[in-house]
Amino acid sequence: METSRSALRARLSRASGALMLAVAAALALFSFVIAPAGAATTDDGDPYRVSGNVQLDGNPLEGVELTVDGPGGSQEVATDANGQWVVMVPEKNTTYTVTLNEDTLPEGIAVVDETDDTPNVKEAEMGPGGRVTVNFFIGEGERHVTSFVDQLVQRLVNGVNFGLMLALAAVGLSLVYGTTGISNFAHSELVTFGAVVTSALASGLLPVPIWLAIPAAIIISAAFGLALDVILWRPLRRKGVGVVQLMIVSIGLSLALRYIYQFFIGGGTTQLPFADAPKIPLFGAVSLSVIDMVSIGISIVVIVGFALWLTYSRLGKATRAISDNPSLAAASGIDVDFVVRIVWVVGAGLAGLAGILYAYYRPGIKWDMGAQILLLIFAAVTLGGLGTAFGALVGALIIGVIVEVSSLWIPADLRFAGALVVLILILLFRPQGILGRRERIG
Amino acid sequence: MDFLQILSNAGASLLAPATLAYALAALGLAVQFGFTGLLNMGVAGFMAIGAYGYAISILQFDFPWWLAALTGLAASAVFALILGIPALRLRGDYLAIVTIAAAEVVRLLFLTSAFDDVTGSADGLSGYHESFRGANPIPPGTYGFGPWTYNQTDWWVRIMGLIVLALGVVAVWRLMSSPWGRVIKGIREDEDAVRSLGKNVFSYKLQALVIGGLLMAAGGIVYAMERNVNSGVYVTSTTFFIYTALLLGGAATVFGPLVGSLIFWVLQTLLSNLLPALSQLLPFMTQIQASTLRFILTGVALMLLVIFRPQGIFGNKKELTFVK
Repeated sequence: METSRSALRARLSRASGALMLAVAAALALFSFVIAPAGAATTDDGDPYRVSGNVQLDGNPLEGVELTVDGPGGSQEVATDANGQWVVMVPEKNTTYTVTLNEDTLPEGIAVVDETDDTPNVKEAEMGPGGRVTVNFFIGEGERHVTSFVDQLVQRLVNGVNFGLMLALAAVGLSLVYGTTGISNFAHSELVTFGAVVTSALASGLLPVPIWLAIPAAIIISAAFGLALDVILWRPLRRKGVGVVQLMIVSIGLSLALRYIYQFFIGGGTTQLPFADAPKIPLFGAVSLSVIDMVSIGISIVVIVGFALWLTYSRLGKATRAISDNPSLAAASGIDVDFVVRIVWVVGAGLAGLAGILYAYYRPGIKWDMGAQILLLIFAAVTLGGLGTAFGALVGALIIGVIVEVSSLWIPADLRFAGALVVLILILLFRPQGILGRRERIG
Repeated sequence: MDFLQILSNAGASLLAPATLAYALAALGLAVQFGFTGLLNMGVAGFMAIGAYGYAISILQFDFPWWLAALTGLAASAVFALILGIPALRLRGDYLAIVTIAAAEVVRLLFLTSAFDDVTGSADGLSGYHESFRGANPIPPGTYGFGPWTYNQTDWWVRIMGLIVLALGVVAVWRLMSSPWGRVIKGIREDEDAVRSLGKNVFSYKLQALVIGGLLMAAGGIVYAMERNVNSGVYVTSTTFFIYTALLLGGAATVFGPLVGSLIFWVLQTLLSNLLPALSQLLPFMTQIQASTLRFILTGVALMLLVIFRPQGIFGNKKELTFVK
């Protein structure tokens, strides 16, 4: 076993040089295949508008609430005194879903349309003009209501999907923390990396089919993790740099990488192929697109595979041993440096996969997409117990469900805040997390 | 390419309210992180509370500007207490995660459309300047020379900012050479040793968190006095930039935050003017890409600083317990 491991390490160090070249080549390719997006849009002042007018027999209705879902997230709006509403959105050439909240219509009034099962929900196609109008037929009639249980089930399913994706990102962060003590703020950029590379491969000068682009992007992500360890983290470990310093280094790295992505892909949002796959109604109010189902399937398979690796393989056991007690692990003959390198490679690969799935879940690829969920990943890791991989899995599922389900009660734009409050409360009252042990917080 | 204009813009940023705001926030961070060793990653949250406290109390309650500023400061002190009382018993990196999450919650609360009437959600707040500008004793006109030529309103904002900054620097300098400052530095070096001397470590940490928070809120208010208040300013990147400015000057120094912020903003302005101008000569870069470059350089600079000169320009390496 000893010989096979050192042989593997020798292979790895030879391979690392080649991989570095591959990464450099990929980055160079990347800079050519992606045409810089024209105007960089900023977060404030989205350029395109979805608007409409809510009237009953020619009289404007004030205070009717509508929700617009699509790229850029969910936005809520109410009609003004003239019955008009406007929402500014970040993207064109895509579809937005406008939902009229019938509870805010006057008594006995509803959205009526005989031909439609859900007349209060409309799809709006945002064309190249950047403007679209959505109007509803309003009159006396039966309201279409989705029961609370149906809504809850739909949110739970979405939450599990989101949670599985978070879990892929969280286990890497957790393992890195467990083995090296780094609170890696640049982990979110590894998430973005997977999505950006997939997009570069799938829509570059030499378009690669998506089924090939995704595995290739995951391998390139893993190689990127290896490169970071070789160039940055291992030399710093050797230098004996403190944990807080490493954390600030990771913040600098996060800033640099984030703006490198913006440098290449611009400030706008781009879509991966098949991101607009239609939703298929399954049961109750639950409808998922084929992409959603594949995404859930891939997450489960990868997570189970990872869990088996961590539990039964020699390297997995060594990883857990180092998380428990690095000095004891080193003393009992485990090559800590080698295991840490494997952790970076595996963690970055999983983060890259999470990024691809997140690009479909959002939907869209943006330079700061990873940074938007970094604190949710931290929340998942802390909730489960910093440094425990299985804790991160449980924590991620809980956070995913909290984020989705909480928007039944709180405004949609505050749902991330809800998860962050959970993070704060967990750290204050049970800092070791659900599966962690007390001694960790020492 | 007009080098004189670029140099002039860079020079003007020396007195810009953004520079003064960063200097105040970095000074507050020096008290918390440099002197006490508290890893507060929620700087942007404290600044946001100061700025929104100032603007909302004018717009909603018609407060005069000085009372509004005091309200903003008081709000940040309350935030420091609410955050600090439970969180200060946590270890360094845990405290960082709690504070960064709390600052994000604060930002999301200001951003959500649920409180649009009070916070202006994504549009932010504006139109609260009347009281402050009405108190301006400077007669209308344009004063100054070279890059530092401003009208009476711009001077009024800058003079107030400079006064607050000067008061802050003197206060921190006096505090740090007082017995209180020695206890604070003792906590940074060895908490248990200070505790064994009978000092209430928790109470000292809380005081440091509040004092730092007040300075950060003052920075937010100075920034709000010049323009509008928008939640897009108070993102986590702002916190990271203030860390960069602080570490540049020296975390455990009084003048470090000041000099660090000056250098940070002069370089930022210089690069934001120079890089797009250079991109005309370099065919592989568009103007927009060139202006992104300075943020990439900021991130790289932060990494190099922490690795190779964590004590900053003025600091003493022995004063940094976070460096092993």
